[in-house]
This record gives sequence, C-alpha cells and structure tokens, in this order.
Amino acid sequence: MNSISEIIQSWSIIERMLAFFLLAPIAGGVLAGIDRKLSARLQGRYGPPVRQPFFDVLKLFQKERILVNKFQNFPIVLFFLFTVFSGALFFSGASILLAIFSLALAGTFFILGGFSVSSPYSHLGAERELIQMMSYEPMVILVAVGMYQVTGSFTVADIVQHQASLILYLPGVFAGFVYILTIKFRKSPFDLSMSHHAHQELVRGITTEFSGPALGLIEITHWYENVLLLGMVYLFFAFNPWLAIVASLGTYLFEIIIDMNYARFKWQLTFWSSWLFTAVAGVSNIIVLCFLK
Amino acid sequence: MGWFKKSPWLLHYNATSCNGCDIEIIACLTPLYDLERFGIINTGNPKHADILAVTGSVNEKSKQILKNLYDQMPNPKVVVAVGLCAISGCVFQDCYNVLGGADKVLPVDVYVPGCSARPESIIDGVLQACEILEEKYAQQKKAKQSSPKSQTNQRQGFNHE
Ligand code: SF4
Repeated sequence: MNSISEIIQSWSIIERMLAFFLLAPIAGGVLAGIDRKLSARLQGRYGPPVRQPFFDVLKLFQKERILVNKFQNFPIVLFFLFTVFSGALFFSGASILLAIFSLALAGTFFILGGFSVSSPYSHLGAERELIQMMSYEPMVILVAVGMYQVTGSFTVADIVQHQASLILYLPGVFAGFVYILTIKFRKSPFDLSMSHHAHQELVRGITTEFSGPALGLIEITHWYENVLLLGMVYLFFAFNPWLAIVASLGTYLFEIIIDMNYARFKWQLTFWSSWLFTAVAGVSNIIVLCFLK
Repeated sequence: MGWFKKSPWLLHYNATSCNGCDIEIIACLTPLYDLERFGIINTGNPKHADILAVTGSVNEKSKQILKNLYDQMPNPKVVVAVGLCAISGCVFQDCYNVLGGADKVLPVDVYVPGCSARPESIIDGVLQACEILEEKYAQQKKAKQSSPKSQTNQRQGFNHE
C-alpha cells in the first residue's frame, strides 16, 4: 500500500486528474452494479449482472437524441463537467472547500436542467432536488470545517498526510456526513427527486425529459459523484489506507442496507431531520473541538 | 453491435384491459420471475423506454394516449402486444367502442398470446423483442450511413400542449 501511495505522490497534478477522470467511472459503475445485485439479493431476487450499469449506459448512448428545447442538454453537460472538475480537484490534492463548492455548482446546473423543460414532473423533481440540496449542504461544509479544525489545513493533500486519526476527533461530523450521504447517493428514504428503483410516483422526477445520451451522461456523472463522496469518507480514516478503503466500502454497503429498509420520507421530514442531525451531531462536535483546542 | 439485448427498458401501458394481463406483467417483476436479471427495468417513462408492452383491447379513449406514448419513445423501439385483448380484442371484440387490438393503432412487433398471458410467455416475448430491437438498430445505422444528411439523429418538439 505504501508503494502505491508513493507512486501516486510522484505523479503531477495533471496526471492525478487524468487518473481520476479515467478510473472513477469504472469504479463508480462497478459500485453501482454491486449496489443493484446486492439490493436484488436483499429482496430475494437473483438480480442483474454486476456489469449491468455499463450495459445501460452504452445502450443509452446508442438511442436517439430527443430534445424538448435547445437549452435542455446544456446544463447537463455543465453538471457533468463541474462534477468531474470537483472530483479531479479533490483527488489531485487541492482544496477541499473548492471541491465542495464546485460540486454544489454542479448540483445547481442539474436543477436548472430540470427546470429548463416544461414537464410538471420534472419541475416537481427539480423543486425537491432544491430541498434536498438545502438539507445536505450545511453538513458537507461542516465536514470541511471540522477537518480544518483538526489538521489546520483545507488542502486534501495535507489532510491525507495528517498522522492522527480524524475519526476520533470528528465522530459526530462523520455520523452527520453518513446521514446526508443517503441523500447524495439518491437512496431511499431520501430519493425524493428521482429514484434508481422502479418507484414511479413522479415518473422519473428530474430526469423525466432526458433520454438517450443525456440520461447516460447523468448516470456517469452520478458515478463520478459517488467516487468523490467515498473519497471524502476515506479522509476520515486516512491514517491507515487499508482501514480507510474498508471504511469507504462499508459506508457504501451501509447505505444500500438503509435503502432497502426504509420507505420514502416526505420532504418536510427529510429537511428537518437532516438539519436536526447536522445540528446535534455536526455542530456540537465542532463546538466541543473548539473547547478542546 | 448494439447493447439493447443487454438492457431493454420496458414501458407498460394498460389500454383498457381487464387487469388480468397487467397483474401478470407485475408478477414478472416479483422475486419468483425477476425480470431484472435480464437487465429489464420497468420504467414509468416513455422517454427512457425501449419496449412498449400494451395490454388490453384499445378503445377510442386510449387510442390517442397509446399513440402519444409511442411517439415519445426514442428510436429504436418495439411494441409487444401482451394478451389476447391486445392481439384481437378477446371477448370484448364485439363491443361498440373497442378497436380490437394494439395493431390497429401501432406497428406491433411481438404478440404474446394467452388470456391472461403467463409470466413465462411475457418474458419470452420481451426477449424476442430485444432481438428485433437489435435488428432495428442495425437497419437504422445502415440507413444513416447511406444517407447521412436526410437521417439526422435528432428530433425536436414533443410538447403535447
Ligand atoms: S387477454 Fe384476458 S386477461 Fe388479458 S386483459 Fe384481455 S381479458 Fe383480461
């Protein structure tokens, strides 16, 4: 493991960004495949092959391109670019704050895409996506704040190098982050704006009017996003790389199990519960840290 | 090569059936038959679908909706008529308002017989539809290569308002 990290450290920033750009969709797709297989097994079904998400995306790129209006695909391309950009920033060891803000910008473009078409389902999905964003964004910023308090730096490269274990200083922040990860991964009970499962209350929510290649691009962007978020989980355990990888994968499995066990919440409950959790776990953790230092 | 065989997404529309065939389609999704092991997802959205599964005898009311749904699906696409009603109208054939079959409105590619159609035969029909989907994609590609200008890969304006 040490030799791997040495190789990674010897890379330049551009090389690290390129590695993320090429490897993240593969990792994200495999994770999505494992998710679907495991979900099926938990429901007593056989489930699709692990490669299924790749088949889906390849098929979507072969479908006809239907545009409802000329503006429609523009925000989706920006959504893709900014997500990849924030992931590349993160994995090249740049500032975690910048990565978080650019991810928020990417989310905003996705919402704009939902509002750019005239389908009421899409609008409702976009409105719910806004509410979800309001619910998770404070906690994401608290993660950066907490890490700064412990390590004294916002750069990912410094946080990874930090010798002490972040999780021991930031258990509350980590718990809050896992809570909002359910929203970010679009898992039940928080899959209000769109769902990967066959629930059809909103047709397909924010992606209703996107078909073919645009939908494929949304899917790939989602993979990039998942890898980036699991990278943030990694930072909490960065003092031991093996433990960190196990913890990231464990978090992902935990989210799948939560997904299978809960029915969807209403938006009010989503909003209040995540803010309450952010306040109780995240903010109190940071206040305690202030007194410790 | 197309990837449609690996990941056909299904849209189900109930064109005034007695619900017998609809229940069988839903049964295909249950753990016992598990359509998803073939990569088949039951989407609720025509814009994401590759296969349109029609049940019921199609009457004057559902005719236009059926046409709309078909038009909103991106190419290549196939239609599967599930159950005797969607094939011929079944026992409702002689009713005054019944058109008698999905093929009166849409070009049907696969007929799945039975009243009601059994889940096994529905799965079989959908998998046959995948083959036709591949063929259609190959044809489409050929047509595009021979006349790249006339066959643009874009379509605009599907707001039915
Ligand atoms: S074919 Fe039979 S079971 Fe199916 S919709 Fe018609 S009457 Fe009902």
